[in-house]
Amino acid sequence: MIRTEELLLNVGPQHPSTHGVFRIVLKLDGEVIKEATPVMGYLHRGTEKLAEQLNYTQIIPYTDRMDYVSAMTNNYVLVHAVEKMMSIEVPERAEFMRLIVMELQRVASHLVWWGTYLLDIGAMSPFLYAFRDREVIIDLFNELCGARLTYNYMRVGGVKWDAPSGWIDKVRDFVPYMRKRLKEYDKLVSGNEIFLARIKGVGKYDAQTAIAYGLSGANLRCTGVNWDLRKQEPYSLYERFDFDVPLSFNGDCYDRYLLRIEEIVQSLRILEQAVEQFPSGGETMGKVPRVIRPPAGEVYARIESPRGEIGCYIVSKGKAEPYRLKFRRPSFVNLQILPELLVGQSMTNLITILGGVDIVVGEVDC
Amino acid sequence: MSDKPEETPITHATESSEHAEQVEQDNDYVTERTEQVEDTPQARLDRLVEQLKHDIAEGAVEEAVINEVNGHLPTITVKKGHWLAAAHWLQVNKDWSCDYLRNLAGVDLGDELEVVYHLISLQTRREIAVHVKTEREQPSIPSVTPLWPTANWNEREVYDLLGIDFPGHPDLRRIMMPDDWVGHPLRKDYDPSDSEV
Repeated sequence: MIRTEELLLNVGPQHPSTHGVFRIVLKLDGEVIKEATPVMGYLHRGTEKLAEQLNYTQIIPYTDRMDYVSAMTNNYVLVHAVEKMMSIEVPERAEFMRLIVMELQRVASHLVWWGTYLLDIGAMSPFLYAFRDREVIIDLFNELCGARLTYNYMRVGGVKWDAPSGWIDKVRDFVPYMRKRLKEYDKLVSGNEIFLARIKGVGKYDAQTAIAYGLSGANLRCTGVNWDLRKQEPYSLYERFDFDVPLSFNGDCYDRYLLRIEEIVQSLRILEQAVEQFPSGGETMGKVPRVIRPPAGEVYARIESPRGEIGCYIVSKGKAEPYRLKFRRPSFVNLQILPELLVGQSMTNLITILGGVDIVVGEVDC
Repeated sequence: MSDKPEETPITHATESSEHAEQVEQDNDYVTERTEQVEDTPQARLDRLVEQLKHDIAEGAVEEAVINEVNGHLPTITVKKGHWLAAAHWLQVNKDWSCDYLRNLAGVDLGDELEVVYHLISLQTRREIAVHVKTEREQPSIPSVTPLWPTANWNEREVYDLLGIDFPGHPDLRRIMMPDDWVGHPLRKDYDPSDSEV
């Protein structure tokens, strides 16, 4: 008689496919996962505690370091929350700049995801292509604010830097460039049979489960739930632009893959319109008191980051520093469904499913 | 290498999509009701408090305000002992049907601790913030993980950083700090130069 034993396998914290220092302990029966226990906290820097001793402008650089693949949206959620509390009007030009950098960031973030996801699954070259094109966006950001990843670009009431001359034209040129590339990528990968066999029907869940687990972003929309905060609870200038929210209904890794590709297409649409409507003049900073002291009270601001609903809950006691600041991080919330998805799957699907969730560990641990 | 499959499962949510129609119908329903009863945020909040008093307990709601800076968000403070019943009520009540727990945050108020829940219904888009307070010595609030599984790690985070116990939680242990950490860093009286550090 064959004797079988359960095997405990430790994946991470240092493992390329965990995209950071994330660890997961697996109980295996042969190659089948019986139980999965995520272990987090390796990247916990106590952002929320640190923020309690800083004024609001000083907190902005810390938001860059949460989801370092999408720092612009993190900047926005914090300044948006403070502006809400203080009823600050943001000049149109500044709001246009914010929207343009946020959509560029969404494209860049999805490109990182696309490249690394395929790398996880075993395709090397898409990673190189994705990073080549992301570099174009990073260069644009570098020209704008002198940083490649941690931009510290937005301020309460506006943005720190106006667009240098010719910058908007470069964004305009980027749109057709990226569209052409995207078609190539689609041809290169999306129909590949090996790729389809690896991700179709893998990591499947339904809308009810997704809502119960509080998923957001492509992880929620892949089950057919039409929930994109840019449409449902419009902020910034999104109401002015014509774009669609891509939806799919199978809830598997393949659908999440297609959605993220389609979201790049939609972001390019927004960018195209934003560049056309970009105001020729105007301020980049609104009227903001010298010391930012939101009145006593609380606010929960949320926006659609590339990974889903990122929220910022601020409790103010009328001081220059927040009394309590809490970030609702989409990666942290989305990751919770992982143990449920993994049970009963084979070992090889671990990477496929984890990658499909699209996490950034800096945001999981915060 | 074959081309992209002909039938792509992606659709676009447009005005004519099923979900959009559903929302529109709901909106019609709401406007219809405005003719009969007042439908301002304040009136809705008053009705909610009445219903909770009637269905849960007379003293269930301690405080009810409209948070104007937060888009007129109804904000209620529920007594700890009635929270689980009220949470279930908010989840199953037809008017509210809060199926989505979007945020869960713990706050150290000084004399007491509190947990703030931001709930929304993805169908009716009704939103509410609920505060639940607990005493500083041996703080505990019933876990809502059985109602909203998304509360699981959020409650673990609050337990870890603020030391609030959540009876009914399936797996309450530290999540961010090491298991042998002493103290709860987000407490206001936490000493960062702890001898254990």
